[in-house]
Amino acid sequence: MKQFLDFEKPIFELKDKITELKQMAEDSELDLAEDIHRLETRLVNLEENIYQHLSAWDRVQIARHPERPTALDYIDHLFTDFIELHGDRLFRDDPAIITGIASYKGQPVTVIAQQRGKNTKENIYRNFASAHPEGYRKALRQMKLAEKFNRPIISFIDTKGAHPGKGAEERGQGEAIARNLKEMAQLRVPSLSIVIGEGGSGGALGIGLTDQIYMLENSIYSVISPEGAASILWKDATKAKEAAQSLKLNAKDLKQLDIIDDIIPEPKGGAHRDFQMQAAYLDVHIKKSIKYLQSLPLEQLIERRWQKYKKIGEIQN
Amino acid sequence: MPLKRIFKNKRKYAALPTEKAKQDIPEGLVEKCQQCSKIFYEKEWKNNLHVCPSCGTHHKMTARERIASLIDEGSFQEWDAELKTTNPLNFPEYEQKLIQDQEKTGLNDAIVTGRGKINKNDVVLVVMDPFFRMASMGGVVGEKIARALERAKDSQLPVIIFTASGGARMQEGMISLMQMAKTAMAVDRFDQAGGCLIVVMTNPTTGGVTASFASIGDYHFAEPNALIGFAGRRIIEQTIREKLPDDFQTAEFQLEQGQIDRIVKRSELKQLLTTVLDLHTVGGDHS
Ligand SMILES: [Zn+2]
Ligand SMILES: [Zn+2]
Repeated sequence: MKQFLDFEKPIFELKDKITELKQMAEDSELDLAEDIHRLETRLVNLEENIYQHLSAWDRVQIARHPERPTALDYIDHLFTDFIELHGDRLFRDDPAIITGIASYKGQPVTVIAQQRGKNTKENIYRNFASAHPEGYRKALRQMKLAEKFNRPIISFIDTKGAHPGKGAEERGQGEAIARNLKEMAQLRVPSLSIVIGEGGSGGALGIGLTDQIYMLENSIYSVISPEGAASILWKDATKAKEAAQSLKLNAKDLKQLDIIDDIIPEPKGGAHRDFQMQAAYLDVHIKKSIKYLQSLPLEQLIERRWQKYKKIGEIQN
Repeated sequence: MPLKRIFKNKRKYAALPTEKAKQDIPEGLVEKCQQCSKIFYEKEWKNNLHVCPSCGTHHKMTARERIASLIDEGSFQEWDAELKTTNPLNFPEYEQKLIQDQEKTGLNDAIVTGRGKINKNDVVLVVMDPFFRMASMGGVVGEKIARALERAKDSQLPVIIFTASGGARMQEGMISLMQMAKTAMAVDRFDQAGGCLIVVMTNPTTGGVTASFASIGDYHFAEPNALIGFAGRRIIEQTIREKLPDDFQTAEFQLEQGQIDRIVKRSELKQLLTTVLDLHTVGGDHS
């Protein structure tokens, strides 16, 4: 597998050069300290330059990085006693969405997550985290249980979208997502969703109508994939770069538009570069969110939820 | 008129021979059925509510035509007609497209809302217009739906929503997606307050509209042969690498799958709605 994304190439070339130089210094006992120092300074500047100025499309690449940590990585790391619970009681268990209960610092929580695979075999089993109606119905069943037993809900969003398939349509994909939105509107427990990779359209929102929405710095959340938008708008999928820019699908843009509540920073180069650090950032933010949401009186929490979504797209004229 | 006679083709319609029509009739006075290619006088076509008198195909209607076909004359008060989007993402070429469709339809966006009477029943009407950006849902569409549902809740009126939508308004990005949340929440608030919501799905009802307010009404009706579904046919065929049957995602298919309550012909719609509304307002003898 390639070690770096296209836009990172100069960084990795320079890193190779430095390694080479260090090796040479060792082998030949030449004093190359000054050269090495010079290149290392240049590397710092280069990294700064590249990672501080990521384009929307660069971030799409990071969000889709095959080594990007998945929901289960975070679940294993951040919760104790995670017990996965399966099935929608209607049709079958959908492995694209994982649900269960766990303890978060002693607080019982309900966890709902779209789960990508880490290799082809896993991805086929998990259908690339694209859920069928039964996945959304399983999630809803767990949300209702969370409400019954007064547990906060934490959703991890990471999907290209709901599965576009024959069975999915036959079993009411639209209805399943719509039903979740309607039910999530009135859940009498706090809820938080975190976009950890790709937030693909209605399929993402189907578990994401929550009191707060957080996004990892390099994750994306979009009404349509940049490729899809480019081919519909300009009949040219290669214009995905421009579409990514125009769609405003980055965390920073969406924070500015007041659609998400907070951005969770990522290690330099993306979550996959330092999982421990990433999990720690996530931890701090989950703790903050749950503490805040639990401090709100229930009626206020539910009114706040309505106000949050009501103001999106509100027209002032 | 009874439809079985149409299908038996016994009655003589004013359908004109195609060639002759092309030559003799000035454009704008005739209407050609895109399904069966027969040609009709514009007036007959409109009297038949854009349903082909020959093959029965239900063609698209504008929101205004839809409202006029249902509402007691002079009873409609429109709401929020002035709401206009401001191109919130600064999306390229969006403003030109909006202006084009505003000129074409005389609407500011893809939806008309308001209150009126259907055979003396007070109702709130929410009607999407497929001729404006394919009735995709952006901020204005979501806002007008939410406002209409809130007003209906406060004045305890039933709501009838006519859906017709290509899905999300791409040029409004996540603002568009979040209208799914907003409209579904507004439906929920209306529902919790005991409101009666009738959804009539017309051709086409797809994408984010299907996956939000359109699928969570109390009664789901659909016009014959209307396309109703979440994902588009092309993308499904690409994903599963097989061809889908012709009737996939039609109203008839959705009825069979248990996703809608009834299919209703346009000519019978007003009567059906009236009866349903009556059944929600009229008390029994015992009262
Ligand atoms: Zn923060
Ligand atoms: Zn016809």
